[in-house]
Amino acid sequence: MSFLTGVFALLFYFATLVLVVGLTLKVVQYARTPAPLKIPTTPAPTTQSGVVFRMAREVVLFESLFRGNKWTWIFGWVFHFGLFLVTLRHLRYFLDPVPLPIQFIQPFGIYAGFAMVAGLAGLWARRFLVDRVRYISAPSDHLILALLILIGCSGLLTTFVVHTDVVAVKTFFLGLMTFNVQPLPADPLLLMHLLLVAGLMIIFPYSKLLHAPGLFFSPSRNQVDNPRERRHIAPWAKQLEQQ
Amino acid sequence: MAKATFEVPELSQYPEVPALVSETMAHSAPFVSRTEFQEPLGFPGELVEDWQAKALDKMGELLGKYRGLRVYLDSCVKCGSCTDKCHYYLGTKDPKNMPVGRQDLMRKVYRRYFTLAGRFFPKLVGAADFTKEVLDEWYSYYHQCSQCRRCSVFCPYGIDTAEISMAAREIMDSIGVGQKYCNEIISKVYKIGNNLGLPGPALMDTLEGLEEDVYDETGVRVRYPIDQVGAEILLVTPSADFFAEPHVDGLIGYGKVLHEAGVSWTLSSHASEAANFGMFIGSYENMRRVAQRIREAAIQLKVKRIVFGECGHAWRVAYSFLNTLAGPWDFLDPRYPVPQHICEFTYDLIQKGKLTFDKGENDDKVLTYHDSCNVARASRMGDTPGGQFEIPRAIIKAVCNHYYDMDEETIRDRTFCCGGGGGLLTDDLMELRVKGAKPRVEALNNVMQEKGVTHMAAICAICKSQFTKVLPYYGMEMDQIVSLHQLVSNAIVLTPGPEDEEADEEPDDKDDEAEGDED
Repeated sequence: MSFLTGVFALLFYFATLVLVVGLTLKVVQYARTPAPLKIPTTPAPTTQSGVVFRMAREVVLFESLFRGNKWTWIFGWVFHFGLFLVTLRHLRYFLDPVPLPIQFIQPFGIYAGFAMVAGLAGLWARRFLVDRVRYISAPSDHLILALLILIGCSGLLTTFVVHTDVVAVKTFFLGLMTFNVQPLPADPLLLMHLLLVAGLMIIFPYSKLLHAPGLFFSPSRNQVDNPRERRHIAPWAKQLEQQ
Repeated sequence: MAKATFEVPELSQYPEVPALVSETMAHSAPFVSRTEFQEPLGFPGELVEDWQAKALDKMGELLGKYRGLRVYLDSCVKCGSCTDKCHYYLGTKDPKNMPVGRQDLMRKVYRRYFTLAGRFFPKLVGAADFTKEVLDEWYSYYHQCSQCRRCSVFCPYGIDTAEISMAAREIMDSIGVGQKYCNEIISKVYKIGNNLGLPGPALMDTLEGLEEDVYDETGVRVRYPIDQVGAEILLVTPSADFFAEPHVDGLIGYGKVLHEAGVSWTLSSHASEAANFGMFIGSYENMRRVAQRIREAAIQLKVKRIVFGECGHAWRVAYSFLNTLAGPWDFLDPRYPVPQHICEFTYDLIQKGKLTFDKGENDDKVLTYHDSCNVARASRMGDTPGGQFEIPRAIIKAVCNHYYDMDEETIRDRTFCCGGGGGLLTDDLMELRVKGAKPRVEALNNVMQEKGVTHMAAICAICKSQFTKVLPYYGMEMDQIVSLHQLVSNAIVLTPGPEDEEADEEPDDKDDEAEGDED
């Protein structure tokens, strides 16, 4: 095993650990923290299935963002949907044999790579061009966009310009999954791509990327509008009643 | 015409998003509370020693108690969707009045002390130490949020700045930095029973006066009872309804509707206040204490139902929180929701054909309707989502011939706050109130120009007081704002009772009462 392969193998074990443990801790924290009052933004669904439908619209269509700002919505949605397809496409590096649906979306995954970068570029442009968005942008907001764009571009380059040995890459990742480390091709572009992805995985639980699990725990979106019908009370609030 | 010591924004025909101008409202801050108003609420009288550590402790406590706060502080991606949605930003151009700008005042402290990234790389993620300057900024800008929730409608994660403002005020109260207006009012509720500090005898006087006025005007004895044990309905209404204009005209209207319903009802001197300012300061304990008064009154007066008068934030606490804070309501009549809104009550009677109106009585007016923010985005009326928009409009259309909505972008769940909600309805924040009213007044002005609208109805005591005060700054008349039940009051045709001269029969026995508005 070369030094480089060893470093990347360790890096990905570390990144996966941070992502999984960090995210799990965060989700447990959200789930354990009570929401003591009914605060759905109304009009809100009056049934649990209605809430599932509302949440699905938020997750799939970004409904509230659509109402809020069309430009941010189009760029944001194109980026996220592109990322979703690209991620699905990448499953081929982790599954053997590759399931049919994943085989089927391969070509779409490539276009999605371009869409993703275009969406990101649009979002980044807004951080410079719209004074209000410029004002609220911290360095980390720019850096995360830069990171994602670099991941997208380096990925596209390995596909279209400097081909990499994808079979070897797959062997490397399948090896990681069975704790049997296989050599990783030493293409600079590929290494950069992988390094940045590992970076993204590591910052995920410690950054605003927490919006992904956050949405599901947002009381203004996930609560049923039925306060008069059912008494809602948090454990700590219940204690006040016993005093 | 009111004189302004600041520049009143110019109204335009189309909504414009202003370019931001930093710190235009940095000078705005309400009077700070004093020991006498802090202590009854359980807060220290003045800034405590070691305030920073205590504030951070409190923040940690709230993060553990309110999932919303934690999720909202973590989740914002700075997409900018909310940046042009706050009426205070639109009216003041101050970027710290953009919802995300306001949230970030707390988020930067949260990141610094409660997140890994902020602990190690504060500059990178926009984290900052909790200094006295930051505390002053909090005091200023968390008292420039009316907790209207408009931002939360447009946020892809539903981040509600109201929740963050409430938490900030709770943290500040806990270290002795309270707002005089809110805390003085809550003290009054504890001492006397209502926000305005009107004692029982004064209320009785006022109500007797109302009975006489209504009799003089209509020849019908409409009762405005208080503290009547055994009445069917307890009516809880904002104390402004007892004397302020146009609020009192609304109260007269409730009385007439209840008279026509033939149902016995009563006000309570113990719970003579619908509003619950405990919400404004984010204090669960105080909100609960205020809400408990309603429970106590309901038990003491042995009522079967609770109906709330026209009040926006009050209806939020009543509809969304009352069951939590003061329930369960198993001793009340299970056939009716607890509590009910007076609009639900009136609408029900209209649906059943129990009320007769002479719509012509309102022909001197062309109406529009202002959706009060907390009714629109934090509550409901009726059985279906959005009933809070349809029921008040249906009532207005049943009692008026001329009605037009304002621009769709500015009503229903996209309605603009009046500019005075959330504990900001105080003269020491006049500049903020006038500027914050701009988006609503602009939409009103447009519908006045285009449709000849003359009056705007509202169902919130704060909206009514705010517009009465603020409309003149924009060259409008203070009486252009009316109570919804004032319109009902104008149009309703009263049935004379047995004590009225021309009356000879009146169904007044118990059975008819119950039948009067069964579900």
